[in-house]
Amino acid sequence: MEAQEFSVVGKRVPKYDGLAKVTGRAVYADDIRLPQMLFGKILRSPHPHARIVSIDTSKAKALPGVKAVITGADTNKKGFGYGKDRMPLKVDKVRCVGDEVAAVAAVDERTAQEAVKLIHVEYEPLPAVFDPLEAMRPGAPLVHENVQNNISMVWPFSDGDVDAAFQAADVIVEDEFRTQYIHACSMETHVCVARFEPNGDLTVWAPVQFPQIYRRDLAELVGLHWAKLKLIQTTIGGGFGAKIDLEPIDAITVLLARKTGRPVKIVYSREEEFVGARPRQPTIMRLRLGATKDGKLLARDVHIVSDNGAYNAWGSHGMMVSMMTAVSLYRVEANRFLGQVVYTNKPYGGAVRGFGNPEITFALESQMDILAEKLGMDPLELRMKNANQPGDITPQKVKVTSCGLSECMEEAAKRIGWENRKNLPPGRGVGLATLLHVGGGARIYRSDGCGAVVKVDEAGGVTVISGSTELGQGGDTVQAQIAAEVLGVPIEDVTVVNSDSSIKLWDVGSHASRATFIAGNAVRLAATKAKEQLLSVAAKKLEARAEDLESRDGKVFVKGSPDRFLTVGQVVRYGLLRVGGDVIVGSHFYDPPTEDFDSSFRGNVTAALAFGCQAVEVEVDRETGSIDIKKIVAAHDLGRALNPMLAEGQIEGGVSMGIGFGITENMIVQDGVIKNASLVDYKIPTVADMPVVEPVLVETVDPEGPFGAKGLGECPTVPTAAAIANAVYQATGVRIKDLPITQEKILKALRYRALAESPGSQVHEFGGPAGG
Amino acid sequence: MKQRIRMVVNGEPCEVYAEAGATLLEVLRDDLGLTGTKRGCGSGECGACTVILDGRAVNSCLTLAVRARGKSVLTIEGLANGPELHPIQEAFLEHGGLQCGFCTPGMIMSAKALLDENPNPTEEEVKAGIAGNLCRCTGYVKIVESILAAAEKMRQQASVP
Repeated sequence: MEAQEFSVVGKRVPKYDGLAKVTGRAVYADDIRLPQMLFGKILRSPHPHARIVSIDTSKAKALPGVKAVITGADTNKKGFGYGKDRMPLKVDKVRCVGDEVAAVAAVDERTAQEAVKLIHVEYEPLPAVFDPLEAMRPGAPLVHENVQNNISMVWPFSDGDVDAAFQAADVIVEDEFRTQYIHACSMETHVCVARFEPNGDLTVWAPVQFPQIYRRDLAELVGLHWAKLKLIQTTIGGGFGAKIDLEPIDAITVLLARKTGRPVKIVYSREEEFVGARPRQPTIMRLRLGATKDGKLLARDVHIVSDNGAYNAWGSHGMMVSMMTAVSLYRVEANRFLGQVVYTNKPYGGAVRGFGNPEITFALESQMDILAEKLGMDPLELRMKNANQPGDITPQKVKVTSCGLSECMEEAAKRIGWENRKNLPPGRGVGLATLLHVGGGARIYRSDGCGAVVKVDEAGGVTVISGSTELGQGGDTVQAQIAAEVLGVPIEDVTVVNSDSSIKLWDVGSHASRATFIAGNAVRLAATKAKEQLLSVAAKKLEARAEDLESRDGKVFVKGSPDRFLTVGQVVRYGLLRVGGDVIVGSHFYDPPTEDFDSSFRGNVTAALAFGCQAVEVEVDRETGSIDIKKIVAAHDLGRALNPMLAEGQIEGGVSMGIGFGITENMIVQDGVIKNASLVDYKIPTVADMPVVEPVLVETVDPEGPFGAKGLGECPTVPTAAAIANAVYQATGVRIKDLPITQEKILKALRYRALAESPGSQVHEFGGPAGG
Repeated sequence: MKQRIRMVVNGEPCEVYAEAGATLLEVLRDDLGLTGTKRGCGSGECGACTVILDGRAVNSCLTLAVRARGKSVLTIEGLANGPELHPIQEAFLEHGGLQCGFCTPGMIMSAKALLDENPNPTEEEVKAGIAGNLCRCTGYVKIVESILAAAEKMRQQASVP
């Protein structure tokens, strides 16, 4: 079906939740005030690794206004998260600066803050390990006593005879790349509000991306029967993966609420958000790539060490995403991957936007340009030659259905002026990078489904009860559009309900860019069922056959005779208000036609793949090394743009995070301590940092996605850093292999090269030392 | 000891009793229940707490409440006229200038302060006007578009007698 035939899909519909947000009416968790509510504060470890010898809470408890002080001793000492390796309040030892040790609930924030300072903890500092390579060596201090060499998880994959393929290659490149700590840095910090009801049930208000799993895990952790915990998801002020799941703040809030018998709220300060919320963890990546002399990719070998910090959490699984790109982006005959997740006494990783993909793509796409130069080939031509095509099956057995990779590259290259790149003035350069990401869900859990209910009521209104979660990305809006399109009602008549866990159906959660694809299909199919009922009832009243009826603009009529209509409300009332009447409601649980990975990481885990290409023009001042990004063209294969305005918004926002990853952001951790835990020193892009951004929506119309749509949310953050690195190389001849690409690094590299090129120089390598 | 503060908030005279060290942000949110203004950092770095104090955009998290004594404060809640939105609010909706919405009240107030002073800003002037407002979701592109569109609408409305 062509886009112009749709009435509301494909249109620039304003955000469903927009009115509440522009008037200040939207309720975020910190806006919640409940009668008798107390305020909680957490005491955190100042040591990266230490035994907790004793905790004296007496002075804190004695402070007027303090209603409860809790420590690990007040918990059931259960762990949670992958490997159940962390507790909400630590009992025996702390494993990173910021580890939660005690908490206070008091009548106001100031009192709670004072009380926390009065808790005296005696620590016995232990030897700590901060470098993941050191941590893996025998004899390194163990972060978790039962984990040998601090290697928590290993993610291996192999397809084809990689060593033979390298033997056959004419050209081989081998490089090491490093990426830094990044913070998700949503404008809303973490918050949790908890209240026990008179009958012992628990209500929790929190900006959480994973409603039903969070609910189950939190209930289990605090020893409450799961069915008695109701989660109300508040308006989320940005998630980006950091608000996916259960965190210590949630259990601590509940424990304080239980102990005091009053509602409790905990809000992170901005500094605490840096220390206590999950960042993107650093990586060390070694890549080897082999090709024939005319640029056919034969062999690829990737080894990543993930500096995952003190606990597993979600960060431990980022390797799964890195693995997919490392073995699937481009057609490569033989692929090998090894990911090692390492414990260190540092902040621990989460699932920040892209979740392992921006990191590996920075490495892989930088190396493709290195290879292109060695081959004497145009970097675009090298990529086009090896591009994934529709119908391919990746080494992991993922089916490539719709695929616009080549088209994205063509568009990005054309619009950045690729043909003219050699004629740019000195100091200017153009670079590009591509991406591959899951776009049709991601079966990392037993179910990858989402349930939706669509109700058409007697007033003619439509209510969509969606299992999905709106983070700000526009999920609610798009789902309303889908329901409106299917049912043929004005979008203004559609209400979306999705915040109460006792009402909404199950969904894994908003992650992996899956909401539009999975929830969209759930809503589409639920709406289709409701429509069948609607037309069946209308058919009786209109004395026609249901298949001859059409529903448009809130009216149902025989095709071709729009003057003889019933409003949707009239149809519903006709079917309802009678002896033997019935309501009109459709429900559907959409679990995509995918499969789990087997033990070798093979399986069609996603129903569609998203692709894209970004091209960047930079200007580098070769006297100072300062980088000015002039323009970014971001071409994304999103299947179908259900709402082009929101899709552009995701691209523009994702690119800004990509710019941060590439050049401005670096959470500096020294001896386990975050040195720049503030928005002044951790530099997310401001409006002044943004170049011209040109989003290009490439529509390949996916066969499985709702109206052809695929996932987009994380994709725009994935290739930006690599494209910038490639552009900087074109502009200056220096290749920076560790992020962020800073003025200092460029200047150092330029000077180093100048030295190397000077007559009689003993220096033989360009680019400076790794990490320079 | 609590201080008595009389000020005009969103056109309404009001009186609160607050500690000397209380910020305007705390008084607005906690004492007056105007939670539209957000706390993003508490140290004047993000702009989410922006309100207009006697015509000037300020970070309310850095403004002592007592400084608002006798002054006029405009928050996001005071912008619309009943069901009639301010052109800036309308423009943000129409042009997609918001996603999660957390920075939005502060962003809109900065935009209002800018346009009240400079009804015909260039794109660079708009960027300077919101340079103190951080946004993590939008990349600022549609925020700037929204403000420019609002400026045009407001100029059109002003020219209609």
